[in-house]
Amino acid sequence: MDLSPDQIVYWRVGFASLNATILFTWALMLLLTMGAWLITRRLSSELKPSRWQGLLELVVLGIVEQIKAVGLGQAERFLGFLGTLFLFIAAASLGTLVPGFQPPTGSLSTTVALALCVFVAVPFFGIQEQGLGAYIRSYAQPTFLMLPFNVISEVSRTLALAVRLFGNMMSGAMIVGVLVSITPFLFPIVMTMLGLLTGIVQAYIFAILAAVYIAAATRSQQSGSDDPLEPQPVS
Amino acid sequence: MMIDWFTVGAQALNFIVLVWLMRRFLYGPILRAVEARDERVASVLADATAKQLEARQARDQFEQRDEQLERDRERLLREAKEAAATEGQRLLVAAREAAQIARRRHEESLREAAESLQDTLEERAQAEVFAIARQTLSDLAGASLEERMTEEFKRRLRELDGPARAELEAALTSASGPALVRTAFDLPEAQKAAIEDALKESFSSDAAVEFETTPDVICGIELTCCGLKVAWSIAEYLRALTEGVRELVAEHPHPESEVDAEASVDPTTVGLPDPKEAAAPHGA
Repeated sequence: MDLSPDQIVYWRVGFASLNATILFTWALMLLLTMGAWLITRRLSSELKPSRWQGLLELVVLGIVEQIKAVGLGQAERFLGFLGTLFLFIAAASLGTLVPGFQPPTGSLSTTVALALCVFVAVPFFGIQEQGLGAYIRSYAQPTFLMLPFNVISEVSRTLALAVRLFGNMMSGAMIVGVLVSITPFLFPIVMTMLGLLTGIVQAYIFAILAAVYIAAATRSQQSGSDDPLEPQPVS
Repeated sequence: MMIDWFTVGAQALNFIVLVWLMRRFLYGPILRAVEARDERVASVLADATAKQLEARQARDQFEQRDEQLERDRERLLREAKEAAATEGQRLLVAAREAAQIARRRHEESLREAAESLQDTLEERAQAEVFAIARQTLSDLAGASLEERMTEEFKRRLRELDGPARAELEAALTSASGPALVRTAFDLPEAQKAAIEDALKESFSSDAAVEFETTPDVICGIELTCCGLKVAWSIAEYLRALTEGVRELVAEHPHPESEVDAEASVDPTTVGLPDPKEAAAPHGA
């Protein structure tokens, strides 16, 4: 049993290799893009949209609302990054319903890549919002002594993001695999349904944590820490 | 745990590409569609608000118009009532005038009828008196009516006295022409001679006498000379009878009662004037 789809290699040339992680990621990208294109090519501004358009609007506007709820004012600005995070992870989790599908999020390489994206995106949006100097100074808040702790926090939470997602996704797939070998009929179905739930929850958690980190980076200079509703970084 | 750093890089690149693809094919179109729908909804709501405002204004205008119509209706009704009352009053006045005119015409017709009845009564009374007198004279004396009238006329001539007799005598004496004796019928020669004798005897006059027959005298004998007149005629009695009837009509102003009263007059019960008064000479 493979613990990671990285180990399923279809083609290798030197350092580069085409493994199941990349292949199923492409498949998901193709599926999401084609689905979005098919539905959005005939969008209407009528008061009663089509069923699929209504579904996509529900998802997109739901994500926008969640981003706003976290505290990011201009939600549309962060929608591309955060919404894609949620959709990709959720689609990878839902893909487990298809026999033979290897969720890319079950690969630590994928989760690390996503966590690194968040790791880069947080200072990117922070610097874009506050400026380079203000963002760097935010690491020395409230005192300069907190600088190493803040840096460690930044790195560790990125690592935690990656490992949390990988662990949940990999464990779900592993449990299903183990149960299939022991009790082939009932428990794998139940665990698959549970895996769907945990996959969606993990997608939500990953996207929300990323939004919270970005919000903390963009708002730390603005309102300080006296706002009780300000989202606090979760590590 | 194994981390394939090539895969990490590839996945990061894949994710960035996916972000671009999602922005290109999902978020952008969806957000634009939602924005367009929001604008459309806002437009529809604004339009609905405008229409609601228009409807409210139209309703207000309708209510105002309705109130105006109600006021106009009440005013017209009031004016119609006043006009009807005025017209009714005018018609009432006109009806009263018409009734008064009709009553006057009725009274006129009644008066004419009374006059006609009176004329008829006069004629009847004249005829009746003539017949009664004729019958009475015939029954009592056995002489003709003309003889009795001649005798009566002669008696009147003889019984004249006082200023009347003197005036007549002076007139007969001084008259240049003959004295005129008018009768309603042709007198026999004996009667004419008797009258001439009576004149000569009573007034010692040789005045000539001319006899004339005229129906105006009705029934009687009339002597005219120099504007003086001595007569005996049933016409005098008839005039007295007419005066009596007229006084009777005047005493009963109601037309119907007058007619009834006149219709019930018995000529025999009407008081006749004194024959002396009727035979008295009348100054010209």
